[in-house]
Amino acid sequence: FPGLADVSISQDIPVEGEITVPVGSHSPDEDFSTLDEPVKDTIMRDLKAVGKKFVHVMYPRKSSALLRDWDLWGPLVLCVSLALMLQGGSADSKDDGGPQFAEVFVIIWFGAVVITLNSKLLGGTISFFQSLCVLGYCVMPLTVAMLVCRLVLLAGAGTVSFIIRLIVVGAMFAWSTLASTAFLADSQPPNRKALVVYPIFLFYFVISWMILTFTPQ
Amino acid sequence: IACLVMYLFAEFDDAANLLAANPDATTISIDEPVEIPKNQHSHLQEPGREEDDELLGTDDSDKTELLAGQKKSAPFWTFEYYQTFFDVDTYQVLDRIKGSVFPVPGKNFVRLYIRSNPDLYGPFWICATLVFTIAVSGNLSNFFIHLGKPTYHYVPEFRKVSIAATTIYAYAWLVPLALWGFLMWRNSKVMNIVSYSFLEIVCVYGYSLFIYIPTAILWIIPQKVVRWVLMVFSLCLSGSVLVMTFWPAVRDDNRRIAVATVAAILLLHALLAVGCLAYFFDAPELEIPAPIIPAHNGTTVITKSH
Repeated sequence: FPGLADVSISQDIPVEGEITVPVGSHSPDEDFSTLDEPVKDTIMRDLKAVGKKFVHVMYPRKSSALLRDWDLWGPLVLCVSLALMLQGGSADSKDDGGPQFAEVFVIIWFGAVVITLNSKLLGGTISFFQSLCVLGYCVMPLTVAMLVCRLVLLAGAGTVSFIIRLIVVGAMFAWSTLASTAFLADSQPPNRKALVVYPIFLFYFVISWMILTFTPQ
Repeated sequence: IACLVMYLFAEFDDAANLLAANPDATTISIDEPVEIPKNQHSHLQEPGREEDDELLGTDDSDKTELLAGQKKSAPFWTFEYYQTFFDVDTYQVLDRIKGSVFPVPGKNFVRLYIRSNPDLYGPFWICATLVFTIAVSGNLSNFFIHLGKPTYHYVPEFRKVSIAATTIYAYAWLVPLALWGFLMWRNSKVMNIVSYSFLEIVCVYGYSLFIYIPTAILWIIPQKVVRWVLMVFSLCLSGSVLVMTFWPAVRDDNRRIAVATVAAILLLHALLAVGCLAYFFDAPELEIPAPIIPAHNGTTVITKSH
């Protein structure tokens, strides 16, 4: 072709582009390596992730780590320990006592599901399990409050102990609500934030009420 | 596309009506950020919705029915269908609550506030709040009434929460269902100008229960007279909202049936209030002198140290 004889590619134009296959193909290698690693490593990695999320809840700051790598281990552990600690309340008859184990479980999980559905129906952009994860982890201050309450009740059950418990539960309730609001509020449409925050407030208020009204045998 | 164009024309017609009625008004069209790409109706809202104007009543009912029909176009098994029932902003919910607490005589709650955008947020969360408020207030009030008695032992009475939940949710959803069925049946016999959809009735009932939340909190006061005064007051307020909503729907009917319907609505409402007061709140007793009981190592938990 005579017309093309004059065309020449200069030698110093760099050839750009990726020849390598994208990162996704590395995952079989990764899976292969996690299968090989000792069980302790696998467990420690998950425990560290859970622990990191607990720290995020304790110092709530806008971080996406809690949302990105959601897991439900933390909420499960917190829910079970809270429900166990709420056992042993006194009752004259079965009908008048505090919440049973199953009732606490149902309230926490069903309440979290309803709040998540509510925020999604109002137009939130957060995913279902991310929201469950945040709400579950933010129960942690209230679990700590329950622990403190049980310790205080061991010492005595007078008015002073009640005031201490009231202050502790109130502070932890505020902490829980603020922490979960800090994580969840950004994903909501701006003119509906209050509509999403109020059910979260109600949820933690009910849990705080159950903790505060716990009376031992 | 044709549906969308029709909807737009209906909306502009409505806007023209609003402007004609109130020429000085500024129309605001609120554009929601499109987070829900499938729900294409979300950014087409009625302009000037915040206006508290006198354009209510029966002349725009067919237009509102048209708009209502246009809105819920997603099939009922998709998530977007249920999102149309939560298409409210914070200020709208607060406005509706305000409208239920301060009923303006002569103005219809549904026409004025709901305006073919019934929401399920208000009824659901007002009922939830009411359930927990009644349970917590009842527990607190019983505690204060029986405080100081040596044989009294505080119990959290957690079972009452589930009873309260069943009662209030049944009232707020089954009574509107029955009322809606009844009104539909009467509609087939007598041509009514005003007719409500099931969701609008649920909305009215839900928002009318809001006044009971502060009432339940105030019922902690252990005085019989105070409690009954509060009950009558809140019954009047929420009852008037219901009456002013449903009277226009039945007044074209046989006079006796209309009066019986409104009376039944009020009676059920009163029954709910009286039942809640009687079951969850113990009767405040008169001051009795401290009984002479030999002190035994009872399991009294909360003791007053003075």
